[in-house]
Amino acid sequence: MTVSPKPPLLEVKDLRIEFPTRRGILVAVDGVSFDIAEGEVLGVVGESGAGKSLTGASIIGLLEPPGRISDGQIYLAGRRIDNLPYEEIRKVRGSEIGMVFQDPLTSLNPLYSVGRQLIETIRTHTDLSEPAARKRAIDLLGEVGIPSPKVRIDQYPHQFSGGMRQRVVIALALCVNPKLIIADEPTTALDVSIQAQIITLLKRLCSEHGAAVMLITHDMGVIAETANRVAVMYAGRLAEVGPVDQVIKRAKHPYTHGLMGSIPKLSRAAERLVQIEGSMPRLNEIPSGCAFNPRCPKAFARCTVERPDLIPVDRSQVACWLYDQVEERTGSDG
Amino acid sequence: MLAFIVQRLFQAIIVMFVVGLISFSLFQYVGDPVNNMLGPEGTIEERERLRERLGLNDPVPVQFIHYVGNALQGEYGLSYRMGKPVDELIAERLPATIELVFVSALIALLVGVPMGVYTGLNRNSWLSRVFLTVSLVGISLPTFVIGILMILIFGVWLGWLPTFGRGGIVELGGWQTSLLTLKGWSHILMPAITLALFQLTLIMRLVRAEMLEVLRTDYIKFARARGLLNRAINYGHALKNTLVPVITIMGLQIGSLLAFSIITETVFAWPGMGLLFLQGIAFVDIPVMASYLVLMALFFVVINLIVDLLYYAVDPRLRSEHVGGAAH
Repeated sequence: MTVSPKPPLLEVKDLRIEFPTRRGILVAVDGVSFDIAEGEVLGVVGESGAGKSLTGASIIGLLEPPGRISDGQIYLAGRRIDNLPYEEIRKVRGSEIGMVFQDPLTSLNPLYSVGRQLIETIRTHTDLSEPAARKRAIDLLGEVGIPSPKVRIDQYPHQFSGGMRQRVVIALALCVNPKLIIADEPTTALDVSIQAQIITLLKRLCSEHGAAVMLITHDMGVIAETANRVAVMYAGRLAEVGPVDQVIKRAKHPYTHGLMGSIPKLSRAAERLVQIEGSMPRLNEIPSGCAFNPRCPKAFARCTVERPDLIPVDRSQVACWLYDQVEERTGSDG
Repeated sequence: MLAFIVQRLFQAIIVMFVVGLISFSLFQYVGDPVNNMLGPEGTIEERERLRERLGLNDPVPVQFIHYVGNALQGEYGLSYRMGKPVDELIAERLPATIELVFVSALIALLVGVPMGVYTGLNRNSWLSRVFLTVSLVGISLPTFVIGILMILIFGVWLGWLPTFGRGGIVELGGWQTSLLTLKGWSHILMPAITLALFQLTLIMRLVRAEMLEVLRTDYIKFARARGLLNRAINYGHALKNTLVPVITIMGLQIGSLLAFSIITETVFAWPGMGLLFLQGIAFVDIPVMASYLVLMALFFVVINLIVDLLYYAVDPRLRSEHVGGAAH
């Protein structure tokens, strides 16, 4: 990756998210660091409960209490945003960071027309007049591929199909031209036939509007088609971050490797799918050392004692002790 | 829209017909009014004449047809007790009850909804806890106890408000209102608050529960993620979504306020329908009881119709066919 003098669009440093409970504090996200460059698409994958959505929610300041950021910093274009007062972070939402949720059927307020919801959002963040905002809303609906937007703008969410509603949601997320879109499983609730359309649309619009995307999903196919880089999360920690082709074709972390192996491929029809033994630990049972060590086929003594940090390997960064030795060797060579 | 109203009106007519039948059957099965009206001294001749005058000698179906025909013209017969036409009696008493119910419903809504929104939004503040605790009292204390306590405190000890009856009445186009004078308000305040208290707590708790529910929904999260103002989210998006159940309950409650203001009216000697009805029961004054029944059924039917229309106004999903048709 080229080093640019500008700070990355989004920079997350050592993010830690905790949930205080009666039986002690649960750490849902632990020491997660990554960044997103302008216009880049970062895919975030992992099993349910790996902390993907929480990471997304914490960036936009929408962690639900009692969840809280207990450590780390989040910077947007060099400005720290994780400790902003409410009114400041509210202004960031929508205008600088947009969000697309999983279920388009429940993301829109059923009692307001889609136009009203668009116009309200546009006018909250800009000085546009009602007619100008309406015109912009109509343009946006056209842009996201809704036919006859002039009629549809006055209709209510229940008059749209699921795919069309997700288009409206994307229009709402993009309507004030934010620099970053956090898309939290934007296609999971949709028909398979619609999924590809929505992903293509999201990618095209974001590049047209110059917005970077943090694409949270557990669909590796979507990642492979859309993302520039991938971050793999496991039990609230980053396992591996790297360019998409690298991670998919030459996964370094044993977990990523297992994850890729569990995807069926047409070319290998007869083979049995590789499967990772066991399941992700619960938050109160995360083992010491590397969180993946009880399931890891390559685990050795160090893995159960010491927690690995991200180590640069090839063009990726991997949190695995397997590569520490390699690193040391190359380090001593040089 | 029109088809919807016509359908509801048709249903309303059926309901009213059935209620008419029930109230008419009261005449057939509850006591003999002639005994009450003439007392033991009446001669057989007098009795016969009275029977004829009250129409009690006609065959039952004919009596029913007469009854319905008269009712449609606003005639409900003579009160056995007062010897006056029931519609006149009701016309005297109805404004008092309607004003009482109107004022207490207004209090319940204007205080209950904001309290519900507040307690829903600030779930853990001490004021919310106070509201919720006090509302338990409102729900569990019977109306007459609250009424008597209020009379004791504000009427007897403090001497601020009159303790009984209506006052400061102004005639306004055949309608006797007490809402135009300060004296009238001083009379209506205590009974209205007493009557409103239960509804108020009910509405507050309902709005609170609905707010908590709605604030958890995805569209509220999405509204927050778009950076909308808190005011717009809480009062625009959230509150409007709590309205449908609130309208339902409020409709039912206004109906029961009308029908069951009897206790409050008795405690405050409020000259309303409830008092009339109570006296009617004591005297087996069947025309009064029957017309009370019909009138209350009519109120319920009308309120339900209004509630249905309000749903229609609030929730676009219910008018989907209508709007969808226009879109094609």
